[in-house]
Amino acid sequence: MNIIVCIKQIPDPEIPPAKFKLDIESKRVIPPEGIPPVINPYDEQAVELALRLKDKYGGKITVLTVGSDAASNIVKHALSMGADQGIVLNDKAFEDSDSFSTAYILSQAIRKIGDYDLVLCGRQAADWDEGLVGSIIAENLGLPLVTLAEAIDVPDGELSVKQVTLEGYQVIAVPIPAVVTVSNEVGRPRLPSGWGIISASQKQIPVWSASDLDADPSKIGASAARRKLIKLFIPVRERKCEIIEGETEAEASVKLVDRLIKAGVI
Amino acid sequence: MADYKGVLICGELIEGKVTTTTKELISTGRKLSDGLNQLLSLLLIGQNLQEVADEAISLGVDKVYIGDGVPYAESLPERYVAIISNVCKQIEPFIILFGQTDMGRDIAPRLAARLRTSVCMDCVELTIDPDTRSLLQTKPVYGGNAVAVWASENYQPQVVTMRPRASAPAEPDTSRKGEIVPVTVKVDDSKIKCKLLETVKEEVKGIKLEEAKVIVTGGGGIGGSEGFQLIKELAQILGGTIGITRVPCDEGWMPKSLEIGQTGHIVSPALYIAVGVSGAPQHLAGCSGSKCIIAINKDPEAHIFKEADFGIVGDYRKALPSLIEKCKALFAI
Repeated sequence: MNIIVCIKQIPDPEIPPAKFKLDIESKRVIPPEGIPPVINPYDEQAVELALRLKDKYGGKITVLTVGSDAASNIVKHALSMGADQGIVLNDKAFEDSDSFSTAYILSQAIRKIGDYDLVLCGRQAADWDEGLVGSIIAENLGLPLVTLAEAIDVPDGELSVKQVTLEGYQVIAVPIPAVVTVSNEVGRPRLPSGWGIISASQKQIPVWSASDLDADPSKIGASAARRKLIKLFIPVRERKCEIIEGETEAEASVKLVDRLIKAGVI
Repeated sequence: MADYKGVLICGELIEGKVTTTTKELISTGRKLSDGLNQLLSLLLIGQNLQEVADEAISLGVDKVYIGDGVPYAESLPERYVAIISNVCKQIEPFIILFGQTDMGRDIAPRLAARLRTSVCMDCVELTIDPDTRSLLQTKPVYGGNAVAVWASENYQPQVVTMRPRASAPAEPDTSRKGEIVPVTVKVDDSKIKCKLLETVKEEVKGIKLEEAKVIVTGGGGIGGSEGFQLIKELAQILGGTIGITRVPCDEGWMPKSLEIGQTGHIVSPALYIAVGVSGAPQHLAGCSGSKCIIAINKDPEAHIFKEADFGIVGDYRKALPSLIEKCKALFAI
């Protein structure tokens, strides 16, 4: 099983909301001071699912990311988890690409790699929360797609994908090659091993540019974006919390019930 | 460029009726089509749809397209993409509306790619700009830390999904008139590559989260599956049901089908009690529509206290038993 995993570097989504800042003028998020960007957690779970498949069926895992020089950090992270190789797709012309352009750049890289059975992407990136890129890659490459996978098995040379639904799951048989997006039900990704970190630090991470990918300039960068950002703002919180005090939690609980009756809630 | 007109809702059915989310889409869609002065249509796929189509008309739809087929939940997503893109190519709507549901999440992105157009996921507000007549798409981003407003002026049709509970459902008015038009939902089987092997519905006993008046939710602070006994007990006494955040789901303490938040159910009960919940925006996305939110958390700095109406700072293991006792006495159980 040769697997390509598409990953993205994003501002740490776990930062406390109080540290989240915007530049309203330029409609951009100000990177929080002292908190480095991370691999999108859903993509990290996609790497984890790829590793589980490799553990069971063997093969090679390649991670791909569209990003700047700093994005090699998340590629290194995936390598230290156990991925075999990583490539950064970096070009000035890629900057401010939307989901369609990003998916196009990744599709070109996937075509160039050629030898693969499965493309995995996280269900969505925890920055813009769209969940588009994996599906668009499948359309670009004309491959079958299953979204929101919790587990994948490969009986008899075909994928058997467990897709999470709101009220349960579906199992879908998919011919290879295919694209699958990975949901958070995969659970906690493995930690990099000591050996993984050492071997990752010794690996070269190639950088492919727009010309390496033979990318059509009309399909990439800000000018190709299908949507325009009109406004970006931090929503106003409307609630004001009344803390119910008490000597003990038990006392506070009793007071809470009285307060709720008074407020007409119960 | 073709002349794209009107709003088309891709509707969903449950037990032969339109879902609440579809009713919400009808009320949003109605406003949009009135703003454009164009028709509001609805696509329904299922069996024996005459009655439900009449219901949709009473809710404000001008034209109901009905296709005889298998409802989404029992079908293969790949098949639905093919069906809906065929229908959209015939109808050429200006706006294609989905709910941010299993169906919307899966179909909308591929449909937009196939129609070579724009898409915006998980919107909480949609309006027509009176000057440019373009569709303004408002959506939470960065897990809900920020809100973005987008427009896609040069692309038609415009595909959008709308978050459940972001608007009120449409109310019926039987004096409304509309048209019912059958559509063919045949697709080229040779192009369908996937095969549906199994559909499993994990039955949640008792009240559905979306319909619950009271929800008691346990988060990562509960610490393991045992702690949920107290959560269940409190929920039961209050006549409600239980929910979880992502941590208990990902850790496998509780089933995914109870998850509330961006990647789970979107709820709006009268009373929401968040126990051991830190208050990540991704979770609040699923419950911020609740009338009253109560937070119980050890950490006074927890973000949940910024989003709650009432709070207790302390250990839930000590707070819940007396809360349960007091409520028991109150409701004389």
